[in-house]
Amino acid sequence: MLQSDQPPILEAIHVRKAYANHVALEDLSLAIPEGSIFGLLGPNGAGKTSLIRIITQITGADSGEIRFRGQRLNPSHAAEIGYLPEERGLYKKMKVGEQLLYLAQLRGLSRADAAQRIKQWLSRFEIKEWANKNVEDLSKGMQQKVQFIATVLHDPKLIILDEPFSGFDPINANLVKDEILELRRQGATIIFSTHRMESVEEMCDSIALINRSRKVLDGPVSQIRNQFKTDTYEVEGKGKLVVYHPDFEVIEHQERENGFFYDRIKLHTGTTPNDLLRYLITQVEIHAFRERIPSINEIFIQRVKETMPETLVEEMSQ
Amino acid sequence: MDKIWLVIQREYLTRVRKKSFLILSLLAPLLLVGASILIAKINASDGPDTVLVRDESGLGLSSRLVDTDELRFAPAPGATLAETQAAYEKAKPQPAALLVFPAGYALDSASGPRLLAKGNVPLNRQSNIRKAVNKAVSELRLSRSGIKPETIAGLRADVQLTAINLDEQGGKRNNVAATTGVAYLLSILVYFFIFIYGVQVMRGVSEEKSSRIMEVMISSIKPFQLMMGKILGIAGVVLTQFGLWLLLTWGVTTLVVPLLLEKGQRAPVAATAAPARAAAAGIAASVESERPRPVATGGSALAETAGQQAAQQAASKGLFAALDGLPIVTIIGGFLFFFFGGYLLYSALFAAIGSAVDDQTDAQQFMLPVTIPLILSYVVSINVIINGDPNGTLAFWLSIIPFTSPIAMVMRLPFGVPAWQLLLSGSLLVLGFLGTTWMAARIYRVGILMYGKKVTYKELSKWMFYKG
Repeated sequence: MLQSDQPPILEAIHVRKAYANHVALEDLSLAIPEGSIFGLLGPNGAGKTSLIRIITQITGADSGEIRFRGQRLNPSHAAEIGYLPEERGLYKKMKVGEQLLYLAQLRGLSRADAAQRIKQWLSRFEIKEWANKNVEDLSKGMQQKVQFIATVLHDPKLIILDEPFSGFDPINANLVKDEILELRRQGATIIFSTHRMESVEEMCDSIALINRSRKVLDGPVSQIRNQFKTDTYEVEGKGKLVVYHPDFEVIEHQERENGFFYDRIKLHTGTTPNDLLRYLITQVEIHAFRERIPSINEIFIQRVKETMPETLVEEMSQ
Repeated sequence: MDKIWLVIQREYLTRVRKKSFLILSLLAPLLLVGASILIAKINASDGPDTVLVRDESGLGLSSRLVDTDELRFAPAPGATLAETQAAYEKAKPQPAALLVFPAGYALDSASGPRLLAKGNVPLNRQSNIRKAVNKAVSELRLSRSGIKPETIAGLRADVQLTAINLDEQGGKRNNVAATTGVAYLLSILVYFFIFIYGVQVMRGVSEEKSSRIMEVMISSIKPFQLMMGKILGIAGVVLTQFGLWLLLTWGVTTLVVPLLLEKGQRAPVAATAAPARAAAAGIAASVESERPRPVATGGSALAETAGQQAAQQAASKGLFAALDGLPIVTIIGGFLFFFFGGYLLYSALFAAIGSAVDDQTDAQQFMLPVTIPLILSYVVSINVIINGDPNGTLAFWLSIIPFTSPIAMVMRLPFGVPAWQLLLSGSLLVLGFLGTTWMAARIYRVGILMYGKKVTYKELSKWMFYKG
């Protein structure tokens, strides 16, 4: 993985933001490695959108600082940032081509450059013939494609996608996923912000978990997972399994149809999975054996339980 | 600055390219001229009002009543009053009234003559008839007192009052009718344009909000830039539309209308088309006035019979000669300045409303405080300035306060306004629109990202003091 040794493209340092009657962000610090796909995760109302609006300079932080490639964030950085908000929208009565041209020019692209790139992108998404159609005549999925193009047209170095896959049908979602990976390959950094953690889990290099305006946890995904690994293994097979051993502890046992079983077994320190396997082989026929790795969602819930015992976990993870 | 320019362009082009813009631009002048022609035709067939006179007094008054531009006196048929009344009621076209001098009416009694009519007699017609009767009666009295008719004719004064505007160099002739016509037209233009295009600004903002493009926009451009870009872009649309109307009205009245009408009918048209053209002329007079206008001047004699409105009379005496007496440069400059200032002031407020509400039905409650000063300044100004004293105290204050000055000052312009008042009012208007723009921008900034919330006045005032 290339992310952790790169200098961060974006840093938030002790950011605080309060609205009239609630605090949206409290002492939030994080660093987003250049060239990574970064997941900004947390339940609805955690403060994700507030943070994004500060990064996109729609609002300002009350205190603290945002740095873009080491520089204090300023309006000139708008040209380096692409933003797809959760609330999608375009000018309905404007033609697709003109609209893209307008938005790209607002992001600092010259007219000629913009026209050139619009052509490329439209043919890439196979929607060239729509350039002269009004946005209101397009289907919702098509509008989403146009909006995605508008987000990345000016070749931003940092692309922020708020709830990226909501509203896309599976085919278009895959198309967009591929484009995102391609953009990353070309050197862009991508921030996914979502409350549906499982939807982006496998794509993210690093994540930050936010809950109730505070950061709960952040770091590279692999590292976090290792950190939260519990040396637990899942076993599936056929036969009658009776574990009676000081080094192994059965956490969960299920009898399934036709004499099959499913077990979750935790290893005590000093033992290896091979020890467990050797012990099991003598008793039952094994069909599957794998390490049980906690999902980000589980880690999130566990972490919230540890650090914020006062919050109701059910309410958070809905 | 580049970005503001992009927004201005978009706002301008998307509106100007709409079919509705084209239709309105082409149709409005045609409608205006068409309506003028129609009125002219109707008016032309419509001579002076006929008043039937029945003289039972035996004083011979009916022969002494002199016809005027407005009235024609005719002896009433019928032997008895009842017969005369029946004849009056049956007569077609219906005469305006029946004037009766009862038997035994003596010259020294103040009352006596009666005016009978179907329905009410309009006040100005009553007063015209009264004047005619007074004249006839006083002449009869004079001759009865032994003065010879020649002496009476020699003594009769026929003074034409000539008003001179001393503010103008050389003391040019002042034409109240033309002045009033121009004042009316300019102020009505300011009123309508501010209203129509202010509401367009509001709708544009709420459209951006409800289509949810706002967040994308303001991540690339400052809210203030977006708001000002929209306001200025629409201002461009206003000017374009205005220019087109001017050009088309001028074109239609000078080129097309003369071709459509036979010679005899030209004059009334010139007279009634005057309101339409006075607008064009008021602005374009400097360009056009050198050229003699056959339509307007040639019709002076005929038009007198048709013209009743002030503006029409202005035309009948030669529209451009009349406008010559007006401070054209001040009017044009002042009109543009006050129109633009007023538009900026009000459209900023409209933009703030558009940003605060989720959809346009909610906008109603906030529109009231913005539209009331606009409507009031128009209605009150007409009464105070045109029908009252253009230089009075109330007129002064109306034309100084920024919310009413765009309309009131423009209305006062043709009457002549002291330079210091123009300057004071102008600077206050600039301060005024800077103030409303500042206020509107602060509401706008918060409002555009606020969804699903019923906004109250209290909340709006809080938004103004939000930071960052």
